[in-house]
Amino acid sequence: MTSQILTVTEVEPLTDWITRFRFQHPEGKPLPLFSGGAHVVVEMPDAGVLRRNAYSLISDPMDGAGYDIAVRREEGGRGGSRFMHRVKPGDRLRVAAPVNLFALDLRAKKHVMIAGGIGITPFLAQLKQLARLPMPYELHYAAPSRQEAAGVALLPQSPHIHLHFSDEAKRLDLAALLAGQPLGTHVYTCGPKRLIDAVAQAGARLGWPKTALHSEEFLSPPVGKAFDVTLAQSGLTLTVGPHQSLLEAMEAAQVEAPWLCRGGACGQCETDVIACDGQIEHFDHWLSDDARATQRKIMPCVSRFQGRTFVIDR
Amino acid sequence: MTIRFNDETFRDDYTYFNSPEAIARFPFPFPEDSYMYSVNMEPHKGGREGTPFDRRFDVDEHYISEMHDRAITLAEDPLRCQSLPHMTLAGWDLLELIMVCKSEDYPELFSLTRDGDQWHWVNRPLGIEQRFTFLDETTLPCGPMEYITRQAQGDFAILDQREGNLWMDAGMVTSQADWSLDFDIGMNFFEWHAPVPRANEMGVFQRALKYLMNVQQDSPARRLNWTMTVNPRLDTSPENYHKWGPEKRMITPETVGEKQYLRVELQSFWRLPRSNALVFPIRCYLLSMQDLVTVPKWARRFHRVIRDLPEDLASYKGFEINRPAIVKYLAQFDDGAPTSAGTFAD
Repeated sequence: MTSQILTVTEVEPLTDWITRFRFQHPEGKPLPLFSGGAHVVVEMPDAGVLRRNAYSLISDPMDGAGYDIAVRREEGGRGGSRFMHRVKPGDRLRVAAPVNLFALDLRAKKHVMIAGGIGITPFLAQLKQLARLPMPYELHYAAPSRQEAAGVALLPQSPHIHLHFSDEAKRLDLAALLAGQPLGTHVYTCGPKRLIDAVAQAGARLGWPKTALHSEEFLSPPVGKAFDVTLAQSGLTLTVGPHQSLLEAMEAAQVEAPWLCRGGACGQCETDVIACDGQIEHFDHWLSDDARATQRKIMPCVSRFQGRTFVIDR
Repeated sequence: MTIRFNDETFRDDYTYFNSPEAIARFPFPFPEDSYMYSVNMEPHKGGREGTPFDRRFDVDEHYISEMHDRAITLAEDPLRCQSLPHMTLAGWDLLELIMVCKSEDYPELFSLTRDGDQWHWVNRPLGIEQRFTFLDETTLPCGPMEYITRQAQGDFAILDQREGNLWMDAGMVTSQADWSLDFDIGMNFFEWHAPVPRANEMGVFQRALKYLMNVQQDSPARRLNWTMTVNPRLDTSPENYHKWGPEKRMITPETVGEKQYLRVELQSFWRLPRSNALVFPIRCYLLSMQDLVTVPKWARRFHRVIRDLPEDLASYKGFEINRPAIVKYLAQFDDGAPTSAGTFAD
């Protein structure tokens, strides 16, 4: 995993809950370029716990001068977002190289982007990429209210950008939106699961090919009950705390475990389960329903366990 | 380091040759006395000084003649170079990667000066000087992928990543071991590997695909592959099988040392930044049997590998008709002594 220490150079509150951070190289060197939809993993040494959270890059993919991210403060979350909201200009954090698991399909004749809430973030970089190529697009941004829509300040003025705020009675009509698109259009959805599911259902009713519907659900490791796990290769038994993921517990115990997205999407951390007397709580998007049912695999970055005995091959 | 470039041919009169230095740096691919498929990938982060692993894009004594051979092949068959419309951005990524690596790794041969998007490229061995605007195709004599791969040894496949798979959507392929870009273009990872025996059943492709999709920027990977070729021909393509296929039947006990070549591919894998595509350079190295046996360790080991290779692999690699002659020739140089670990000469 290539990563480097970067300096926080700007901290800008966008709403009461969402803040923009800019990272730059301490000596002003250019950072690796990326493609729209890419994320970086930021390391946060938080009171003895090393957290690594993934954030979509929102700055121009073709500009290596710095990386921008937007972080939503989750009061009920595990602490990563609260840590970020204590970060000040001048602080230094380790940031991994960009990885893209939500790239534009450049074969598309047109790109339609649908954002729900903080799910606007990957599209902010994709918009800049599309403007440069240039390619036809439209973006639909749905949020409960204008005050909560952090993306508004970051969006360019464009007739291709449409805002939908529930409290202004301007709701997004997905069926009408999809029905009016030309052949060869690809749709990208990022936001809550119910929005992604609604787009998938609208697409299915209209006979859209599944491969033209893309989505990224914003997933961070869920908070849960503590559980014990035995690592067969390492010969260790660990307790995974309520605000800790299984992957983080292994890292805290200095056990080498692979990872890439830390959000249950990329498949890199897939681990064999050797013994399981209880129920694995699968939260990932990687394993098939069949693979989940066998309880022989787990994605330690997001998934958990409840029961008596749990042994994994790590 | 100065390279003396050979004046040689890879067709017709086949004047290709390896200098003693080129034999010594040949990427012999067998770490042990037998061979079976493996996902034998490692980070492409330099290697022993002077070997083909040392620089990011190896330039050797065959550079000028190989580029001349590529130009002949392209003139006869322009479809050896194809780029589907959505792959142009990846072509620019590749142009940048090769220009930056070559100018940093071989400053005496190549130079790149960048002022914003105004770029100035000098390729001294090929006598090329070009000023152009980065990301503006109208300022180059051809597309960016074609432009730079006419100046870089080895074949290049550019793979688009989507739908949990890799798609062969662009490439420059003129020195291939019997596969066709024109046939494979647009195929996914499992489709273009379908002819390979055994490996799918072994689960090799599932694991390899997972590995490749996670290759990250600035962390390239590499592996070696190998086959056998009669005569030092780069263009062993299906399109031209009628030219080189019959040559396989001209091997005799008297000519096997001179005409039978071990063909090694140094394959590397790179994530491209703007397009999120992967580029897969496949660099070909050729070594005759009579040059190979000048290294005693390689002679012993290669005899054992070829002698014991399963029938279907020899058939897939296309040399089963010449295997008896090759084994008999190599046996003269194998006294049965044990060989040391690793691929390098003792």
